[in-house]
Amino acid sequence: MSHEDILNPKVMPEEPEKATLEGKNKFLGFWFFLGGETVLFASLFGTYLALKNSNNGGPTSEELFGLELVFIMTMLLLTSSLTSVYAMYHMKNNEFKKMQIWLGITVLLGLTFLGLEIYEFYEYIVHDGFTFRSSAFGSAFYTLVGFHGGHVLFGLLWIITLMARNAKRGLNLYNAPKFYIASLYWHFIDVVWVFIFTVVYLMGVI
Amino acid sequence: MAENTNSINTELDYHKKKKKEEMKQQVITFALMIAFTIIAFTMVVSGLDKLFIIPILLVLAIVQVIFQLYYFMHMSHKGHELPAVMMYGGFAVAFLTVLTLLVLVWW
Repeated sequence: MSHEDILNPKVMPEEPEKATLEGKNKFLGFWFFLGGETVLFASLFGTYLALKNSNNGGPTSEELFGLELVFIMTMLLLTSSLTSVYAMYHMKNNEFKKMQIWLGITVLLGLTFLGLEIYEFYEYIVHDGFTFRSSAFGSAFYTLVGFHGGHVLFGLLWIITLMARNAKRGLNLYNAPKFYIASLYWHFIDVVWVFIFTVVYLMGVI
Repeated sequence: MAENTNSINTELDYHKKKKKEEMKQQVITFALMIAFTIIAFTMVVSGLDKLFIIPILLVLAIVQVIFQLYYFMHMSHKGHELPAVMMYGGFAVAFLTVLTLLVLVWW
């Protein structure tokens, strides 16, 4: 059997993402990375919590935040998490087209989320005069939420690139781990968002 | 040979069925997460006591994250011992980091 044949089996193994050594290594390495990301976000959360009352005479979190937009954003991101679960379900069943469709839906939901976040920041900056330089609260807020937004953008570019690059190749044991890892990243973005809407927005208005 | 293919097919069917069952669980998990989110938002809007709401909000967030990790990210599956070590290690350091930064500005 040639290398090509091994990567393109007639019947997909049970866990295509971990069927090759490269896949196994990617899997472990990526979870290691996620452990590190947890700590990175924790330092941003800690900074935000420590500085959130230092508003330098500018708007406070109670005056600034509205919950309607945040609720919609939360629902969008949570739903996109489920759609990427669907994508991985079809990946394991070796249904490439269905996987691409669900990943496409995930990307659309993620783009809408990102659009709403940009709109939110725009409103704060233009109408409320609340910027990165307004106060320590402003700096900590934009760093934490913006860093999460940056992760969303990176995740979207990642998934779009994978979808485009493999559109004609179809699914095989070479790219199955790549799709799986990208979906893990997407779920992790939602994990961070759960703490952002709880700690920053909900606890910011009560 | 025919028997062999047959047994492969039954095995495939079995795995397919198992995956379908799991997918159903995922949808239930998703419904619960939506419910937790709605509970969290309504509690804040209802304007209950701050000291009462905050612990509940944090518990709801932690449960959601556990759902996300164990069901959506498949940490409940076999072969996730090292990922668990890494995530719990990450959470332990994360807790200490937040604690340190908060204690710094306590007084």
